[in-house]
Amino acid sequence: MLRAAPFLLMAILLLPVAAGGLATLLPAFGYLPALGGTALSLDPWRALLAWPGLGRAVVLTAGTGAAATGISLGLAVALAIAARRAGVLAVIEAALAPLLATPHAALAIGFGFLAAPSGWIARLAAWAVTGWQVPPDIATVQDPAGIALVLALCLKETPYLLLMILAALAQVQAPARQLMAQGLGYGPRRAWLFGVFPLVWPQMRLPVMAVLAFSLSVVDVAIILGPSNPPTLAVQVLRWFGDPDLALWFVASAGAMLLAGIVLAALTLLRGAEAAVAWAGRQVARTGRRGGSGFDGVTLGGGAVVAIVALAALAVLGVWSLAQSWRFPDLLPRGWTLASWQAQAPGLAGTAGVTLGIGVAATAIALLLAVACLENERRIGHRPHASLALLYLPLLVPQVAFLFGMQALLVRLRLDGTLAALVWAHLIFVLPYVFLALADPWRAFDTRLLRTASCLGAPPWRVLLHVSLPLLARPLLAAAAAGFAVSAGLYLPTLFAGAGRVATLTTEAVTLSSGGDRRVVAVMAAAQALLPLLAYALAVGLPAWRARRRAGLAVAA
Amino acid sequence: MSLRLERVSIWAGARPLVRDLSLAVAPGAVVTVMGPSGVGKSSLLAFACGTLPVGLRGEGRVWFGAEDLGGLAPHRRRLGILFQDDLLFPHMSVAGNLLFGLDPAVRGRAARQAAVAAALAEAELPGLGPRDPASLSGGQRARVALMRVLVSRPRALLLDEPFGRLDAALRARFRGFVFAAARARGLPVLLVTHDVSDAEAAGGTVVELAGQSGEGRQGNQGSAGKGPRAL
Repeated sequence: MLRAAPFLLMAILLLPVAAGGLATLLPAFGYLPALGGTALSLDPWRALLAWPGLGRAVVLTAGTGAAATGISLGLAVALAIAARRAGVLAVIEAALAPLLATPHAALAIGFGFLAAPSGWIARLAAWAVTGWQVPPDIATVQDPAGIALVLALCLKETPYLLLMILAALAQVQAPARQLMAQGLGYGPRRAWLFGVFPLVWPQMRLPVMAVLAFSLSVVDVAIILGPSNPPTLAVQVLRWFGDPDLALWFVASAGAMLLAGIVLAALTLLRGAEAAVAWAGRQVARTGRRGGSGFDGVTLGGGAVVAIVALAALAVLGVWSLAQSWRFPDLLPRGWTLASWQAQAPGLAGTAGVTLGIGVAATAIALLLAVACLENERRIGHRPHASLALLYLPLLVPQVAFLFGMQALLVRLRLDGTLAALVWAHLIFVLPYVFLALADPWRAFDTRLLRTASCLGAPPWRVLLHVSLPLLARPLLAAAAAGFAVSAGLYLPTLFAGAGRVATLTTEAVTLSSGGDRRVVAVMAAAQALLPLLAYALAVGLPAWRARRRAGLAVAA
Repeated sequence: MSLRLERVSIWAGARPLVRDLSLAVAPGAVVTVMGPSGVGKSSLLAFACGTLPVGLRGEGRVWFGAEDLGGLAPHRRRLGILFQDDLLFPHMSVAGNLLFGLDPAVRGRAARQAAVAAALAEAELPGLGPRDPASLSGGQRARVALMRVLVSRPRALLLDEPFGRLDAALRARFRGFVFAAARARGLPVLLVTHDVSDAEAAGGTVVELAGQSGEGRQGNQGSAGKGPRAL
């Protein structure tokens, strides 16, 4: 049974992606019998090219995606260099957890509350400098260039990439290499870039690719903060798919395929850029120039700005959800009240329950599958091939390029809108993160402990239950928290597998974000942010509580 | 009954680690396998336990009396093993570790607690059951690890350099304790070590394992010869 686990895992992930992709690809070339398309044609592409906004939408999509990825990566690397000081690292790690847990939509809504013309930043400016009595007439969110969209993505992706770097650093003896290079007279930055980064990069490649693909095809953040006319390609495709005129399904499919092409081209360019940077780095390294002692102030300042803005975006959600009335240019609300929460409570409980239920179910199944796969891998004794890289596929293919097709298939199977469909759709995205979070600690586990248990007469299931699982509780819970946070933040998969009939905190928050009462939006977004935060708190707190009388556990994985 | 290895060879790919080794350990006796590190001593014990790591291939037979252990899963062979590290489970108390090891044939809460208490008393650690293993000294932890193996009622004891981490004084004492406990139970003991003093203290047959590469093997052949050899 254990041996079937890898195949089951792959089937759950790849079946919807492949079938959904195909069910989007065919309509892009005019084939969709249900809507009268029985022959292959290029008409959908002609219609797509005829859309006047296409050029700008493509430039906007590529520009915001590349900018968000580039800035996030640059900042994450700079912070990782600055974080070599132990004291700084502790601060960074403390700030990372809440930012990692926060769903994209909640952070985007909070950022909107900060950056909007009537937002906290403008209020601060009015109070300190400008003396504005009415909000300034500047498009600071949903701006045509997508700057707000880029900045909000950076708030979310910088912590993620930084965490990936820190995790990779632990595996390459970074401090020793840094010291060695500094001992040769290299400044701290060059020492890190030449001595440590090349070893870290191979483990960073896939996360960076995932961030690039995500930034190019993100929907919820682009709806909340991106320009609307024309919007990014992903949002426009979503509009076409949702249009009452079903004939637009063909254009939408063509648009989705164009987006998939853009992502593929961007990933290819990334590989090219990687080679170019490596070449340039080698040239510089050969000159033997040592570089200056560097100055971390700018980097740390930049990192502090990111952290403060992100945490302020979370805080402003809380403030708005408790505000009685909060007129411009007041820095804080005139009065505080729980009325918004109370008014929302009945609906909120149900929506939160659905969010929780789907998240817990998807996370539990993902954990079971991941543990089964890793345990099988250990028992058969080798890593299951390169095919495991396919785990990343759902993170690299734009969601719009297969979710619509998947929905069409779910309708045919009469599964659309069911709990099973929702959990499956979430599982596609939860499973990769859970597996990736669990794989390294599981593989690094001291097998002599397992051999000892076996030789004491414990059968394999008992070894798993009493030795492996308890000792891996920390990474297991961390993986569960990461998986739950992913699930709680999913917008498009929920929208489509739920056939628009199932509301979670995420879909509600995104829907309300356009024009609703800020207090209502804030309640929804704050609730959306709170659930995964609680999951993270449990993941950190439970093992610590369990380890209170076991000193050997405090240092274990 | 004695533990016997019959014509055991272990291969790392095409490279032989152990070749055609046969030995027998009588109840209560100690056979020491010696050799430099990397020569496959630990692999030999892993082969006997049925836990040979992937990448290594073993041939030959493992007998306990007239029973061929070869086809049995590791947990059914009942060959207790001790490593250089004590490998106590850090998430269990001292008593929890012993209860995990204790033969399931000892039934009933009271009987099991009594068995644990008796084991702790034998190890001169009375009353330490509720303690966190991490709060014990190195010597105490080593004794708990030994008792955990012994209460599982193994048919034989396999020792994989279990004295390597202890300092000289502690080492001699713990070694004597292990051998005495095994002798008292009539357990065959198979010890692998690279330390001559361990072999001398064991006092039984010593088998030298030669190096694995062509060059190394020749070098060892000259000094120690191939296969079992009594000192």
